[in-house]
Amino acid sequence: MSEFEKRVREIAEKASDEISGVDGLERLNEIRIAFLGKKGTLTSVLKGMKDVAPEERPQVGKWVNDAREAIERSIEESRARLEAELQNRRLSAEAIDVTLPARKQVSGHRHPNTVTLEEVERIFTGMGYEVIEGPEIEYDDYNFTKLNIPANHPAKDEQDTFYITDEILLRTQTSPVQARIMEQGKLPIRMIAPGRVFRSDEVDATHSPSFHQIEGLVIDRGITFADLKGTLDIFAKKLFGPDTKTKFRPHHFPFTEPSAEVDVSCFKCGGKGCRFCKGEGWIEILGCGMVHPHVLEMCGLDPEVYGGFAFGIGLERIALLKYEIDDMRLLYENDVRFISQF
Amino acid sequence: MNISMSWLKQYVPDLDVTPKEFCDAMTLSGTKAEGYTALDANLENIVVGKILTCEPHPDSDHLHVCTVDVGEGEPLQIVCGAPNVAAGQKVPVVLVGGKVCGTHSGGSAEDGIVIRKGKLRGVESNGMICSIDELGSSSEFYPEAPSDGIYVFPEDTPVGADAVELLGLHDAVVEFEITSNRVDCYSAIGIAREAAATFRRAFHPPVVAETGNSEDVNDYVSVEVKDTELCPRFTARVVKNVKIGPSPKWMQRCLASNGIRPINNIVDITNYIMEEYGQPMHSYDYDMIAGHRIIVRRADDGEKFVTLDGQEHTLDDRMLMICDAEKAVGLAGIMGGENSMITDNCTTVLFEAANFDGTNIRLTSKRIGHQTDASQKFDKGLDPNTAREAIDRACQLIEEFGCGEVVGGCVDVYPVKREPAVIPFEPEKINAMLGTAIPAEEMIGYFETEGLEYDREKGVVIAPTFRQDLLRTCDLAEEVARFYGYDRIPVTLPGGAATAGGITFEMRVREIARGAAEDCGFSEGYCYSFESPRIFDRLLFDADAPERKAIEIRNPLGPDYSIMRTTSLNGILTSLATNYNRRNRGVKLYELGNVYLAKELPLTELPDERMRFTLGMFGSGDFFDMKGVVELFFDRLGMTLVPEYRTDAPMNYFHPGRQARIFYGGTCVGEIGEVHPDVMKSYGIGERTYIAVLDLPAVTGFATFDRKYRGIAKYPAVSRDISMIVPKNVTHAQIEKVISERGGKILEDCRLFDIYEGAPILPGFKSMAYSLRFRDSGKTLEDAEVQSAMHKILNGLLELGIELRK
Repeated sequence: MSEFEKRVREIAEKASDEISGVDGLERLNEIRIAFLGKKGTLTSVLKGMKDVAPEERPQVGKWVNDAREAIERSIEESRARLEAELQNRRLSAEAIDVTLPARKQVSGHRHPNTVTLEEVERIFTGMGYEVIEGPEIEYDDYNFTKLNIPANHPAKDEQDTFYITDEILLRTQTSPVQARIMEQGKLPIRMIAPGRVFRSDEVDATHSPSFHQIEGLVIDRGITFADLKGTLDIFAKKLFGPDTKTKFRPHHFPFTEPSAEVDVSCFKCGGKGCRFCKGEGWIEILGCGMVHPHVLEMCGLDPEVYGGFAFGIGLERIALLKYEIDDMRLLYENDVRFISQF
Repeated sequence: MNISMSWLKQYVPDLDVTPKEFCDAMTLSGTKAEGYTALDANLENIVVGKILTCEPHPDSDHLHVCTVDVGEGEPLQIVCGAPNVAAGQKVPVVLVGGKVCGTHSGGSAEDGIVIRKGKLRGVESNGMICSIDELGSSSEFYPEAPSDGIYVFPEDTPVGADAVELLGLHDAVVEFEITSNRVDCYSAIGIAREAAATFRRAFHPPVVAETGNSEDVNDYVSVEVKDTELCPRFTARVVKNVKIGPSPKWMQRCLASNGIRPINNIVDITNYIMEEYGQPMHSYDYDMIAGHRIIVRRADDGEKFVTLDGQEHTLDDRMLMICDAEKAVGLAGIMGGENSMITDNCTTVLFEAANFDGTNIRLTSKRIGHQTDASQKFDKGLDPNTAREAIDRACQLIEEFGCGEVVGGCVDVYPVKREPAVIPFEPEKINAMLGTAIPAEEMIGYFETEGLEYDREKGVVIAPTFRQDLLRTCDLAEEVARFYGYDRIPVTLPGGAATAGGITFEMRVREIARGAAEDCGFSEGYCYSFESPRIFDRLLFDADAPERKAIEIRNPLGPDYSIMRTTSLNGILTSLATNYNRRNRGVKLYELGNVYLAKELPLTELPDERMRFTLGMFGSGDFFDMKGVVELFFDRLGMTLVPEYRTDAPMNYFHPGRQARIFYGGTCVGEIGEVHPDVMKSYGIGERTYIAVLDLPAVTGFATFDRKYRGIAKYPAVSRDISMIVPKNVTHAQIEKVISERGGKILEDCRLFDIYEGAPILPGFKSMAYSLRFRDSGKTLEDAEVQSAMHKILNGLLELGIELRK
């Protein structure tokens, strides 16, 4: 072994010893300078090259370069190890109590009526229904006469209807929008008409003189009662869950014939009967029927050609059921402790 | 409408279903049963016993010790406290372990009261002798029962028999909700007909036999109807030699199950007919009818009349009276008069079964504030063809009960007979409407079971006059559907042309409003549309403010709900006050609701309904926070102009120095302000409250959802800050105007970053600091360009009396 080779080896071993015992990045840097710096031990070997025979120089150069690479590699490894240790120490020092309370992001809440309405609107607009509105102060003619409720019908008694003049009243239902849309005569019609309605009921846990309905109307050729059943069945499943069943019971409304009331299987007990559905297993949610031919006639449509169905949903009724709100008065008090639950 | 199962079985004997099955099936076929009450609920082990001995209790002054034979085993020793107990009586006895449903004071126990073996003041008692109240009824419905004491059966009652059965309590009363189109179902016969059709059982309506002696009723009474529109039919019959007494038990039970108190045979028969046929009747004391003449006429205005309940009514000429030759004897269809009522001394009775205009009866009974069982039947609009059968049936019962001699014949004033409706039978149309394929023969079968006639030759369905609801094909479709079963109709979706659907632009704007408000912490409230006219004073509106021209409701719930709102302020303030009073703090609410602005009063056309977006808050934020919400909303609507806040037309309800009308593009779109302390005081809110009201129709005109990408600036901006001393009356808007006008195209942004009043700034001045940003979108700005713009700006500011701070 030549003297050069021996020297280089000694240097490499020494460096390796020092590097493996290093305990900080600064010391590692000092080691790097001590061996590989301009005045470093390994560098000084190269400076002695002038004393080497020219034919041996490549060999010596290779020894030195190998040693340099080995030292650099081992310095890099140590540096990575030291940096990782350092970062780990910092991260563990930065640990927080993740169970400390969240910093509240304050945003307002939507009224349960609106939340419910938006859900109903989504379901029907998804089926191609337009959402349409009509006036809340309405002509008697639209609210009653055109809906097959002639003068002197008990439903027109002042005890139920708020009147402004003999001809103008606060609409008692959203159904007049049906008549208004049919009169425009743009067919086919698929619409829902949500809105505020008024009845002269004293305020209590289940009544309010002002509440909301969502009217539905489909007019086209060849619409059947089966279509009505199918449509409302989908509506109920989307609103109350896919296992919901619907039950259609015969009923009477002046502006539809045949008419029905619709029950849904109790979404609390699934139909077995519970306190919520008063043991019935079913909960009444809406009224519907095939548009009465006389209504079509009065609105300028030929019942021999066109037909359709209509339905009316009580928005508050759905909201109270869905959110298990036990007192309708809460909906109009606007106590933030109530609204913030929705 | 209530009816007992046992009464229905008189007409449908094969109705072999439980009350629950009955209710469910009737509901599905269209006669909605609200529920039923089992009269024998909690009545167990109750038999007829005979009291063998009855001795005073050795240790009590009111109890008795009885031995009672109950038909099985040894006689039982039972202690009884009833004042009327006596040896030899046949009485209802609850055996040990049995149950009663009520207490003797008339109350009821939900799960019943179990009778156990026990000792009463030291004497053993094995059971209980009961009163009618303990059996769940009362002496009102069992007139033979004492009001205080045990029930006593007739002497021939077999010992050991089921006492509940003998009292007619193994029965259930079903409560129906009858829809207004089915007037015929306000009667036992009507419900029974539906039941027979629903369960496909034979229907046996009463067979009304010929009644009466050989005399002619026309020799007894004459009837003249002066208003045949209000009284389409009037029938009258006479019964003489009347023997007033109790009616038979079965009839008493039927009446009791409908909640009608048995009184005497004559009254009970008329009440029974009213429930059986749905046809009210009236009985007059014939001898009190002057001239033995009946005249049906309208009342005179101001005419006074005392009904048989002793009440005096003042009438008008819209009301119909039944009169004799001299005086009024009845308020048609509502109640008879005191002057001709049946008393125990009555010997000859005049029966009336008439038909009156339903609307007129309803309006009359409303006007005089008096509803009776009769008026509630009449006001539905009865079938005039029922009257004759009903009065004949009443006479038949008189003869059956042997309580009088019926005079032959019937006075029947019926000028225009109501004819049945004839409806073409179009089975294919019915199937097309229902989405079914029901064979025509099956449909005809349904019609026939419910009493409709099918004329095969003419292919028409003939609907009897009691079915006033059947007029055209769609009505027949419903008949088919309900007996075929709504549940059997298939479930499909409408075919035909597709429709786009969706919401309107206005609705989108409202969605944006909700989102903006909620993102800023405001929660949504709902307010009433009507309110009190006093709110205008409360909100300090001027006497001639246009808001005071509110639409009045003619029949409001009360003065507090009597006008349609013209301002949304009261709604939001009331809601904020509710929260304040409930100690909710930092409350922010918004509302989307209409105000109603009349074009003229009284209304001749529909008013302008304007949706207002109203925001209100207290205890969190100030005027400028509220302004921020407004501007965030505008920003989301793509409204990029700078809104103007004008103070030249102050509003009384706001703080005079903290309010503005909001203008956008030269149009007033709303208002904003701090609520005036006097208003706050009247609403009871103790913290500064801020309100903004936006008129959505006005705002919507400026809204757009079009957006165009403007690019992101490529060249650097140059910023300049200026700090200045400003006279106090110079507004930010004035300064901003000068800066933006003079800054030129390169001015990109101008922002106030500091405002300060107080030492060392002199009184009457304020310190304001703005940060300006310049940029040229096409190149890097040169210093000279910025200098020149700044120079112009500073000159402009000097003109406002502003001095730069060094």
